[in-house]
Amino acid sequence: MKRYQNLLMLIAVALLVALPLRMVNKPAPGADGKQVQIFAGTDDKAKDLVGNIAPGYKPWAKPLMEPPSGEIGSLLFALQAALGAGFIGYYLGVSTTRAKMRREAVKTVQC
Amino acid sequence: MHIMEGFLPIRHAIGWSAVSAPFVAYGLYTINKRVKEYPEQRMLLGVAAAFTFVLSALKMPSVTGSCSHPTGTGLGAIMFGPAAMAPIGMVVLLFQAILLAHGGLTTLGANIFSMAIVGPFAAAAIYRTAQAVRLPFGVAIFLAASLANLLTYVTTSAQLAFAFPDPSGGFAVSFAKFAGVFAITQIPLAISEGLLTVVVMNALVRFNARELQEMKVTVVQEVQA
Repeated sequence: MKRYQNLLMLIAVALLVALPLRMVNKPAPGADGKQVQIFAGTDDKAKDLVGNIAPGYKPWAKPLMEPPSGEIGSLLFALQAALGAGFIGYYLGVSTTRAKMRREAVKTVQC
Repeated sequence: MHIMEGFLPIRHAIGWSAVSAPFVAYGLYTINKRVKEYPEQRMLLGVAAAFTFVLSALKMPSVTGSCSHPTGTGLGAIMFGPAAMAPIGMVVLLFQAILLAHGGLTTLGANIFSMAIVGPFAAAAIYRTAQAVRLPFGVAIFLAASLANLLTYVTTSAQLAFAFPDPSGGFAVSFAKFAGVFAITQIPLAISEGLLTVVVMNALVRFNARELQEMKVTVVQEVQA
């Protein structure tokens, strides 16, 4: 059990991401014929909710730069994730090698 | 949990920035002190920051039909103490605010408060409590990371409700509405974040047992040769 713990946890995460995709059905287009968007970001939903609660509120600042398209946005998010994952991978590589060299050093001393 | 640029009234924006600033300053101080004292922990600090970078970039679908993202702040808070995560979270939030129009500079203070202050402090407190009642290591890490994630989004809901109380029902009704958007979506993601944090922590414990004992993350067990 202990041995497969990490694997099982990773499978659980994959399921947690994949299952909602199956469970949520796209609602039929509304009366105005507009497609209903599903899996939009909660941050944007909260923005709409502010508009509902305080219809008179005008945001008083605008983002400095907006990604010119959704693709560019994904590019930057992918870059962010890649930088992080790259570093973690590098560090785990360093640590496994270090642990292995320590073990071998101990072995040579014992011989 | 990103409150969008301009979506907090000026007084709230200034107020949250003023609240978060001392945490960031103190966090920088603790990081500096620790790196001076234990230079070999620099790499682990990088791992904590990298973990936040990865997780906060992953927008995952949830059962409510909307997408949200984990925060990744629990891992670092458990290893380096909650204060250290304030500046690290700020770097991530700045990256997203400036380059991605995700969050914003006027709402940076409020977003730091929810993601990089409330989350990490909750994670550290829950982890210590779980250790005190002798829960298994993995369970303690899982609870700390996933509840920290959830509390971050509860905080965001409270911040928005505080700024935009419902015209008839006031803060409570407004809070329920924002929490309806954020908190329920967040539950499966909180579980995911908890599991991922345990996976990374397991790897760190295996290869960096000595550092983690020095950092008082794990209790001294058998000493490996």
